[in-house]
Amino acid sequence: MVTALDTPTPVRRVRIPRAGIAAALVVLAVVAIAALAPGLLTGVDPNHADLGATLRPPDWDHWFGTDQNGRDLFARVAHGAGASVLIGLGATGLALLGGIVIGTLAAQTGRWGDEIISRLLDVVLAVPGLLLVFLVAAVMGASGFTATIGLAVGTVPGFARVVRAEVLRVRASTYVEAAHGLGHPGPRVVLVHVVPNAVGPVFALATVSLGAMIVASSSLSFVGLGPKPPTAEWGAMLAAGRDLASVAWWPTVFPGVAITLTVLAVTVLGQHLQARFERRTV
Amino acid sequence: MSPLVRVRDLVVAFGGRPAVRGVSFDVERGQVVALVGESGSGKSVTARSLLGLCGRGAVVEADELAFDGLDLRSLGERQWRGLRGRRVGLVAQDALGSLDPLRRVGAEVAEPLREHRIVDRVRPEVLRLLADAGVPEPEVRERQWSHQLSGGLRQRALIATALAARPELLIADEPTTALDATVQKQVLGLLRAKAAAGTALLLISHDLAVVADLADYVHVMKDGAVVEHGVPADVLTNPRHPYTRALLNAVPTAERRGRGLSGTIPALDQPDRRVPGRELITVTDVVKRYRVRGRPPITAAAGVSFTVRAGETLGIVGESGSGKSTVGRMLLGLVAPDSGAVEFDGVPWSARAGAERRAARRRIQMIYQDPLASFDPRYTGRQIVTEANPDPERVAELLRLVGLAESQVDRPARELSGGQRQRLAIARALAADPAVIVCDEPVSALDVSIQAQVLDVLVDAQRRLGVAYVFISHDLGVVHHIADRVLVMRDGAVVESGSATAVLAEPRHQYTKDLVAAVPGTVLRQAQSVLKPG
Repeated sequence: MVTALDTPTPVRRVRIPRAGIAAALVVLAVVAIAALAPGLLTGVDPNHADLGATLRPPDWDHWFGTDQNGRDLFARVAHGAGASVLIGLGATGLALLGGIVIGTLAAQTGRWGDEIISRLLDVVLAVPGLLLVFLVAAVMGASGFTATIGLAVGTVPGFARVVRAEVLRVRASTYVEAAHGLGHPGPRVVLVHVVPNAVGPVFALATVSLGAMIVASSSLSFVGLGPKPPTAEWGAMLAAGRDLASVAWWPTVFPGVAITLTVLAVTVLGQHLQARFERRTV
Repeated sequence: MSPLVRVRDLVVAFGGRPAVRGVSFDVERGQVVALVGESGSGKSVTARSLLGLCGRGAVVEADELAFDGLDLRSLGERQWRGLRGRRVGLVAQDALGSLDPLRRVGAEVAEPLREHRIVDRVRPEVLRLLADAGVPEPEVRERQWSHQLSGGLRQRALIATALAARPELLIADEPTTALDATVQKQVLGLLRAKAAAGTALLLISHDLAVVADLADYVHVMKDGAVVEHGVPADVLTNPRHPYTRALLNAVPTAERRGRGLSGTIPALDQPDRRVPGRELITVTDVVKRYRVRGRPPITAAAGVSFTVRAGETLGIVGESGSGKSTVGRMLLGLVAPDSGAVEFDGVPWSARAGAERRAARRRIQMIYQDPLASFDPRYTGRQIVTEANPDPERVAELLRLVGLAESQVDRPARELSGGQRQRLAIARALAADPAVIVCDEPVSALDVSIQAQVLDVLVDAQRRLGVAYVFISHDLGVVHHIADRVLVMRDGAVVESGSATAVLAEPRHQYTKDLVAAVPGTVLRQAQSVLKPG
């Protein structure tokens, strides 16, 4: 006789379904095209004001409708991707670079160096992120560039702390001892073995915080600290449409949906990458 | 009377691939039955089929799978829970992993008592069980956390937990593999006593020597099937299957000194022509203490002196905490002694700095117990060796020497098996062209058959390249096999030293005598003196 026995099944981790990842990839692909070559999505000039066609609801000629100046909202949403996404990406990239360098220095410069760097990071962390951007904007003038710098400065301390802790962990590992044992100079061991093995978690963190950065960059434009008008930018478009929200829904809803979808897609993908990274290191 | 456990033609498959193919055995009350084989032989899965815990996706089929007349094939999850812990107890190998780090030891032992409502008053029973399992001061230990216990105490606490509900069958999966010989002897004695008192014991081990001392009946498993079974004395003196013979030959003992263990390197059967050279390392009266706040300082080295000559193997034996690893790290200049000197090539480490220190480092390499932890996780096998020596031809030559195939070294090292990883570690150490390699418990985590291959590779490399070894181990059999001279350490001090044969065959110090007496394999050695090698 032959039978099969039941064996208990351990609880599985919740995974993002494949369809969700595919959808996130599609959204990001569209956003990437919009950011790099918006001309592929629309032939309309986002700054062309047609005063004969102001505040038109969505129709076949204007998929997302027009704003109070008669500008095509689909073209403005498409062209607006560049500013929001570039500020988000740029700020995340700068924060990564700064976080890795400063975190590694903190871990490697001995007790005093660590103490000085870590306390300075605490000071930056104590200042609210938006205030930092105001500060940078006040000194350097409001623009997409200063928004990027401001956001990056506010994010560096968190990244640096993660990197510092990871460097300390990796540095104590046997393979680093083995590399020293092969007679390689200390700085080489740090660059070749310690840093590459320490940055995994901060990259995972960055993919998740990229979404927050895009929201933040839109918020900055919303309060007028981003790119100057008439540049199309999602946060600035939200701000401009706010006063019209009672008479026309489309000037706020479409840029809002664009922000939401982008952030959702980035976050889903970030978590997926993080899960993959964790599986690889176990 | 029918046996307590009766298994006929058991097949366990994972995703269509059978891990156990047609295993049959019985276990009587009060009997010790052993399943012996290397990793992947299916021995653990076989035993876990009696607990319904083969793992996710396992398909278990059998003509008969019965415990005390109960057909295990038809049990539901609720019935399994009534069996597990209550009638069948499990002692797993990883004692730290098996104890909940967030619960005190007493709560751990009490759990089966409460779960199965064995006694009315739990605490006195917990203390009795701990004392019974050989845990000293049970009132103190009961209040402690698992990480505060030594490996031996943890294993005993685990045995107390497994025995709490007075199971009729106890499954012990490699119960002593991570333990020092003297502790191992105590734990095995405890299990033996339980069997004598009527508990059936199913023992799982890769070590034929351990099993032979304890078991009434042995099943040798390979690739999911039993290749040979019988009473230990018969199986050991008259092995019929070539695999059993290979397993027996793989056990490192004094009798097999100077010969190959695995039969894979023919050159080892040539006579040994090594001649010890000049003194490479001179250790003079080194002292090292570690201070932990609120506790008395730990003395890792209390005036240790010895020398290492070119081309020889110095064995350092001792139990956990004897200071042998600290001494090894001082040889590499990784730990500085509080006083005394470690001279390498005539110059103390304290007098070397910068480029000179780095150049000297290359000449003394290290092999670790966990080779994988000593590899950069992003590197392939070839990259790991290339980092020690950029010459691709030399790298290829060394990979051949340690017996790694071309196809194995271009993948991440974590995809290699335990034995292959240690071969890779040996290749890397040799690639730096060292005069000395410090080997810290290099084969302790390996099965006997894999251990034999790694030891053979080490001996072969030494004969070809003339490298000296400092071989640190708690395993006297291994040290007796490989070392020319031996230091016996206890509490940071050298209690006895001399040639391996003299110290281990005729120990003079009481501590060495105890260590030698605790080495398992009495039955095996008797068998080997009967059995002619070859």
